Amino acid sequence: MQKKTIAQLDLYNKYIRRKHLVVLVTMVLMIFFALYSMSVGSIKVSFSDIFKALTGKGDALSNTTILNIRLPRVVAAILVGAALASAGAVMQCVLRNQLASASTLGVSQGAAFGAALGIVVFGGGVVNSANATSAITINNPYIVTLCAFVFGSISTLVVIVISRIKRDIGPAGLVLAGVALSSLFGGGSTLLQYFTDDTKLGAIVFWTFGNLGSANMKELLVLAIALGIALIYFMFNRWNYNAMESGTDTAQSLGVNTRSVMLISMTFCSLLSAVAVSFVGIISFVGLVAPHIMRRLVGNDYRYLIPGSAIAGSLLLILADIFGRSIVAPVILPIGALTSFLGAPMFLFLLFRKGDKNAGS
Amino acid sequence: MLEVKNVTFSYKGMATNVLEEVSFMIEAGQCLAILGNNGAGKSTLLKCINRICPIQKGSVYIDKKDAYEMNTRILAQNIAYVPQRTEATDMTVFDTVLLGRKPYIKWDITVEDREIVADIISQMGLEKFALRNISTLSGGEAQIVMLSRALAQQPKVLLLDEPTSNLDLKNQHEVLQIVRNIAEKNQISVAIVIHDLNLAAHYCDKFLLMKDKNVYSDGGIETLTSDAIGAVYGIDVEILDYKNTKLVVPLSN
Repeated sequence: MQKKTIAQLDLYNKYIRRKHLVVLVTMVLMIFFALYSMSVGSIKVSFSDIFKALTGKGDALSNTTILNIRLPRVVAAILVGAALASAGAVMQCVLRNQLASASTLGVSQGAAFGAALGIVVFGGGVVNSANATSAITINNPYIVTLCAFVFGSISTLVVIVISRIKRDIGPAGLVLAGVALSSLFGGGSTLLQYFTDDTKLGAIVFWTFGNLGSANMKELLVLAIALGIALIYFMFNRWNYNAMESGTDTAQSLGVNTRSVMLISMTFCSLLSAVAVSFVGIISFVGLVAPHIMRRLVGNDYRYLIPGSAIAGSLLLILADIFGRSIVAPVILPIGALTSFLGAPMFLFLLFRKGDKNAGS
Repeated sequence: MLEVKNVTFSYKGMATNVLEEVSFMIEAGQCLAILGNNGAGKSTLLKCINRICPIQKGSVYIDKKDAYEMNTRILAQNIAYVPQRTEATDMTVFDTVLLGRKPYIKWDITVEDREIVADIISQMGLEKFALRNISTLSGGEAQIVMLSRALAQQPKVLLLDEPTSNLDLKNQHEVLQIVRNIAEKNQISVAIVIHDLNLAAHYCDKFLLMKDKNVYSDGGIETLTSDAIGAVYGIDVEILDYKNTKLVVPLSN
């Protein structure tokens, strides 16, 4: 090998190691804040007691606090954040739209309508006021998830059809289509709420706030399986996504079946968003913000962007949850509202970013 | 060697054909200029060859193997394509060239893939840009990066759609000289859609003149006559010999 070639390889390897480091640091931060999140609350638990509880050696109080209440909440934040953020990163790629995410394209609202339908029509939700932490539970998560998936997919399908038929629609136009879909499904949800009884109405309204505490371990297992399968598919296609960043013609000439990659990827994105929404309610903008933070740090390289976005999404939700639980403790603020506060400025920034032809106009 | 036989194509929902019975051949190491008016179907022809626009009739052979029978990965190992416009993305030069190895990647890139890319980057004089974002490069530099990516595919056929359209005079010649060298050194059959007849005459071996969806003429420099150009472009020209090359000079009315 020539000296020049070896020098090139060394430089590139160093550059790649930096990206590894970014993902690793995000992961370490996420783990740290996950542990911190388990330690804060009305009952303070030290890190050592958390470890003891997690390894089954803690006392009864810390075992109950950590294993029954805080661990499911943190696991929910990790899984939901990873699901929404990885789906957001992939949607932005396959739709060639940096404003794409489950919340901006109406997928979340479609899934929310489906889940509400599952609760009202199929009796998927019950109100259990025995204790404050499990005020609302979904007693038949699979029917609710199925309904959420079906209606989330309808939004996805409409978005795909619009982007295929009207190719010059542009990112802002597609988001406007998402607004129209959100409005449609929002109206549907309102009608369902209007005609349902108080118990189910309570279930739907509380659930639309977005609540990480509403998912139990059984439901989280479903989400973990969906996330695992989707992440494997996303990572298997990371080079396809890299190619698609250069445009459809280029990707096709590099051997990518762009149509099937887009359709299957969007199906997985829709599934992830629907499952997440059906278990914890609407959590907006994580799918938009987390991938954009990671794009700044690792570029548009999906080898690092997919895992990086997933971890950043988890970290963002954990931070939002800590904030929501501690700012006016003991009251817990709805996580959906907090992520919206975080995401809306970011969304506007992306929309109006100057000199970027992929944004706004 | 690329062989295109009786290719006919129309876009979905359109009654008229964009290409009709188009046939030509490019030997390994040869450069073919595809010439003709705007809308003559030149860019579509390139897309038909690499199946971005699947043809309704006819066939495309690469070294006697039917390109339409190959799976997409094998096809991409055989044909590289540089479109007129590549969307700017936040990606370094090295990573962009690395994409050329996509048809060979099973799960992840290998050490060999990285070495091939590093080697191409050195050969093409892109070392100082290797870790720069491609969107920060000039038009000429970016075009060389796209050629490098195509080269990383180690193709037998290279399709270039107006590779010089956004370049200044110096860069036009530099890019086409590189293409010429690549074709000869790697024995690649190159098809270039180009509007500048003088550049085509200077750097290409064969000339495919297209008119009204069909091939008007196909052959060496001797086919590039004032009559043929007049018939295809609808303009009077004079062909001058200058230092072993031909110059096409438009005549004013």
